Amino acid sequence: MASNLLIARRKIGNSIFVVFCWVGAAIALTFLALILASLVTKGLGGMDLKIFTMDTPAPGSPGGLRNAILGSIMMCALAMVLAVIVGVLAGTWLAEFAGESLYGKVVRFVNDVLLSAPSILIGLFVYTILVRPFHGFSGIAGAVALALLAVPVVTRTTEDVMKLQPAALREAGVALGSPLASTIRRILWRASSTGILTGGLLAFARISGETAPLLFTALNNQFFSWNMTKPTANLPTVIFNYALSAYDDWQRLAWAGAALIAFAVLFVNIIARTLARESRRP
Amino acid sequence: MTLAIEASSKDKRQGGVLDSVFEALCALSATTLLAALVGVIIALLIGGWPAFHKFGLGFFVTSEWDPVTEMFGAAGPIVGTLVTSVLALAMALPVAFGVAVFLVEFCPSVARRPIGVAVELLAGIPSIVYGMWGLFVLAPWFALHVQLPLMLAVPTDSWWAGLIFGVPNGANILTASVILAIMILPFIAAVLRDLLETVPAPVRESAYGLGATTVEVIWSVSLPYVRRSAIGAVMLGLGRALGETMAVTFIIGNSHAFPKSLFDSGSTIASTIANEFNEATGAMHTSALIALGLVLFLITFVVLAAARALLGPAKAV
Repeated sequence: MASNLLIARRKIGNSIFVVFCWVGAAIALTFLALILASLVTKGLGGMDLKIFTMDTPAPGSPGGLRNAILGSIMMCALAMVLAVIVGVLAGTWLAEFAGESLYGKVVRFVNDVLLSAPSILIGLFVYTILVRPFHGFSGIAGAVALALLAVPVVTRTTEDVMKLQPAALREAGVALGSPLASTIRRILWRASSTGILTGGLLAFARISGETAPLLFTALNNQFFSWNMTKPTANLPTVIFNYALSAYDDWQRLAWAGAALIAFAVLFVNIIARTLARESRRP
Repeated sequence: MTLAIEASSKDKRQGGVLDSVFEALCALSATTLLAALVGVIIALLIGGWPAFHKFGLGFFVTSEWDPVTEMFGAAGPIVGTLVTSVLALAMALPVAFGVAVFLVEFCPSVARRPIGVAVELLAGIPSIVYGMWGLFVLAPWFALHVQLPLMLAVPTDSWWAGLIFGVPNGANILTASVILAIMILPFIAAVLRDLLETVPAPVRESAYGLGATTVEVIWSVSLPYVRRSAIGAVMLGLGRALGETMAVTFIIGNSHAFPKSLFDSGSTIASTIANEFNEATGAMHTSALIALGLVLFLITFVVLAAARALLGPAKAV
């Protein structure tokens, strides 16, 4: 009798747990759906060709986001170039040269901390070293801040992918008489290229929506400009300023910009995931 | 013959030089990472020193923040940061745990991949989008359907009238925590799911074979198996919440006073810096903001370091 009761209690407990898990999943998916729905109705709804052909306007006049889109693309591109160079080399060092040395462990730990360090602090840091000494906000400072956020991601994925390469690959290269440096460049990097590309894409997805570090490095610019040594317009800052403004048309542009970034990031994320899956296939 | 040997030894020498140049380049890049972190600490220390020097301990325990009289006490933002992050974690953790277990144990196998990917995508959405959604969608809804009815229903002077006291505009500590929770939820869920998947099938199956129910298997077998890493994952989520800027800045109301209730407007360290840094009126104001940055760095550093130590070499990002 008592054991029957116990079994009933365990079964009921289990049912409650099952419901709890289903509800949890439902909550998470509901939020995703709600956010996507807002982006589609408010963002895509307010989007037209002018977004890409006109610059950020004064309140009340027609305009688009052309200068901000250009600025964001320029800064992200420069940031990614810097981040891939430093990140791939650093990841290679961690995977091939560092071994279990103390310095290797320190760098690995530092990279892990940087990976989730608050981005606004990176902005403060770049402000101190690049903006204040040179008396001016610039797109280059913005790009450096973004690069600092992207490097840890690239480093981490590069190290992980290179460690997955079989030792036989290295031995084969060196046995053929090729110096270790060329073995790494010609054989290991080639074998790891898909993984490194995935890391690069994930890093790009991470920095393209970053706002906080740009507020006091790149600042903003109302005009269309290719010049990155001056304050540079960028989508996140424009979204931030326009969303908090009191003007309907500015808020509409902010939603359009947010939708643009969100869908670009989703798109890049999906490509990265597809690539990662392809590379795992034997 | 001699020639060939000379040529090959020359190759070798060149190879040797190239090898060391390449290794040096790699080591230099790795050092850049270390230099960046050390640089952040030094920059924050130097920039924040005047404020620490002038206000001393008062910087942490007073909450008067007045750029005009140059009085800066950071208790408001510091408490705001801790309260919103802990509340966010308290809300996100049970749901994230549910999602992770759902994906590993209950989800029909057709839907497992799409839902898993959807959760990961939710983690990838830029924080400014969460902020805008919070400001334009969540805050008005919350003000109208939660805050106002509650304030009308609660008798004045009762102890919980104090808890929900505030301007009913939806921009307050609680909604900021909700947005933070939505942001860190998919992140924690994804890591927890990966961890639960590392539990070897024979271990789980033997528990089921002994007649354990699902909740017993998860609670007494799977979770203890990954306990260390799971705590690490949770702290990683906490670290994110502590340092998050944009999502919070939109919706917390941005007042420096000590938050008096859940529905009171407040501020976090990151939101204060984001709002005021460019408009800082004087050297002391800038210094106080950088000092705040250092406080944030120290808090997140402790949390992240603990998280990494617990997670070990497991999956990151």
